[in-house]
Amino acid sequence: MSEIKIETVNESNRINGKKIANTIIFILLAFGALIMVFPLIYMVATSFMTKNQILSGKLSIFPDPILIGKYSQVLKKGEFINGIFNTIMVEIPVLLIGGFTSSLAAFAFAKMEFRGKTALFLALLATIMIPFAVVMIPQYVLFTKLKWTNSLLPLIIPGCFGNVSMIFFLRQNLYSIPKDLMEAAKLDGCNYFVTYWKIFLPLMKGALGTQLMLWFMGIWNDYLAPTIFLRDEKTWTLQVVIRSFNSYYAIQSDYALIMAASVIAMLPTLLLFFIFQRVIIESIAISGIK
Amino acid sequence: MRRRKRKRVKVKLSLMAKREERWAWLFIAAPFLGFMFFMAYPIIFALIASMSRWTGLNSLWGNMAGLRNYKEILSDTKFWRAMGTTIIYMIGIPIGMILGLTLAMGLNRLNKSRRVFMTMYYVPVVSSLVAVSILWAWVFNYDYGLLNSIYKALTGSHGPNWLGDETMIKISMIIFMTWKGLGGSIILYLAGLQSIPKDYYEAAMIDGANAWEKFKAITFPLISPVTFYILITSLIGGFQVFVEVQVMAANGGPNYSAATVVFYLYDKAFKNGQLGYGSAVAVILAIIIFIITALNFYGQNRWVKTID
Repeated sequence: MSEIKIETVNESNRINGKKIANTIIFILLAFGALIMVFPLIYMVATSFMTKNQILSGKLSIFPDPILIGKYSQVLKKGEFINGIFNTIMVEIPVLLIGGFTSSLAAFAFAKMEFRGKTALFLALLATIMIPFAVVMIPQYVLFTKLKWTNSLLPLIIPGCFGNVSMIFFLRQNLYSIPKDLMEAAKLDGCNYFVTYWKIFLPLMKGALGTQLMLWFMGIWNDYLAPTIFLRDEKTWTLQVVIRSFNSYYAIQSDYALIMAASVIAMLPTLLLFFIFQRVIIESIAISGIK
Repeated sequence: MRRRKRKRVKVKLSLMAKREERWAWLFIAAPFLGFMFFMAYPIIFALIASMSRWTGLNSLWGNMAGLRNYKEILSDTKFWRAMGTTIIYMIGIPIGMILGLTLAMGLNRLNKSRRVFMTMYYVPVVSSLVAVSILWAWVFNYDYGLLNSIYKALTGSHGPNWLGDETMIKISMIIFMTWKGLGGSIILYLAGLQSIPKDYYEAAMIDGANAWEKFKAITFPLISPVTFYILITSLIGGFQVFVEVQVMAANGGPNYSAATVVFYLYDKAFKNGQLGYGSAVAVILAIIIFIITALNFYGQNRWVKTID
């Protein structure tokens, strides 16, 4: 009798111990998470501060008084609006055309038979490994010769030819769709394009959407290619603009303005992330396990 | 008669196969052409240009110099400093991996709050690299930055010159990069941890294994594919660090102490106009990354343990 009692006491001790351990873990993780987001909170806070408060050198997180003027000041700057416009002008054609060419190629790689399939796919896949830094000089020379460097074309045209990681992920996704559909479409007399357009494209809508979103973020945040290829200030994309703001307004110690511009530049990708975090995190996690 | 019929069927089939093939080639034409124009051609071009004293203004073929660029790079102290700095920055990789695994194991024990925490840890990863580099340049600011105002509030004296000192700027960069990338390794590790079957731990518990033994015998070996993946991708990424340096230390930091290989390549090619020399640096970079990738394929079979 007493033995059994001891057992249960031990058991409840263990459960209690686990609870305490989990609480400690929770507190540590919460503390870590706070450290991670704190710089971003500080960024937003700074964007609302007056110059006096910023340059006081005292630790303060709450803007006092709260100044929203910097945001309207940023949004009134022609180059800033121009930067947003240019970024969007790259996003739209690249995502529409590049999304189409990528999904079409993924369909061919996953569902069709042709000679050289594996070799071609591996060749494409190998390009993921090649750093942009290796090809940037020749690409720059090529785009200069084509007289593209005064326009957005160096960012638009290569994207329209498709995106290898997108092809890879869509191909994986298409493997889960039974091949019988292919045969059925053939019997119905659909040609291959109609089969892709009417049957498989709707079926890969979800995966395509996720990939397009990740690509959108990639283009939005891209800096190295725009900074090399865009010789004309009028064609600068948003990231190039905020970086030039940083070097220009830091001299004037106008940190609130710099932070306000950076906050606006981060907002679209962060909003997308918060809305679609489940699918984004899942697709990232898959890439590691594969 | 019979024979002819069979033959015709065969011809018809291969015609269909040919038709399919033509459609397929058409469908993959765009990425294939993109690959030829923007990858294959530039790589060959870079190889040729790397052997020329080409500036973009003089003739590429008229200034061929064999391996002179490469020889010069080998004795180019600025290049080696940049290479050294690039490798020093990689100290952040194991730090990030250990932190990432620890945090992922913690998150794996929680239920309700896991998603919220994951989002918080992951926000820096999806944030614009330029914007957060600008932010951290401000955080590291010597006179008014966040770190030094905390330092002053705690100790009363002025904090270190984060971006103004040859050693400190490297430490600052490592802190920044660890912060930026941590969420990525957490998510990958968490996915890896969740794919470990629960009964392994139950069996270990029955055998009386303690937490450390369980980690050593089950967790660590079974997440080795993830560890390997993070290591390889971080190494490849580590050799390409550029943007954060350009934003936080536009001229390469004090005495060029923050410059990386890609930063140096950018300087040579686009600031000095030494396109041939820059191409040679690019080729060396490509070779390094190729070696890491090859190690990846080789090592995956040797060092990584999987469930079966």
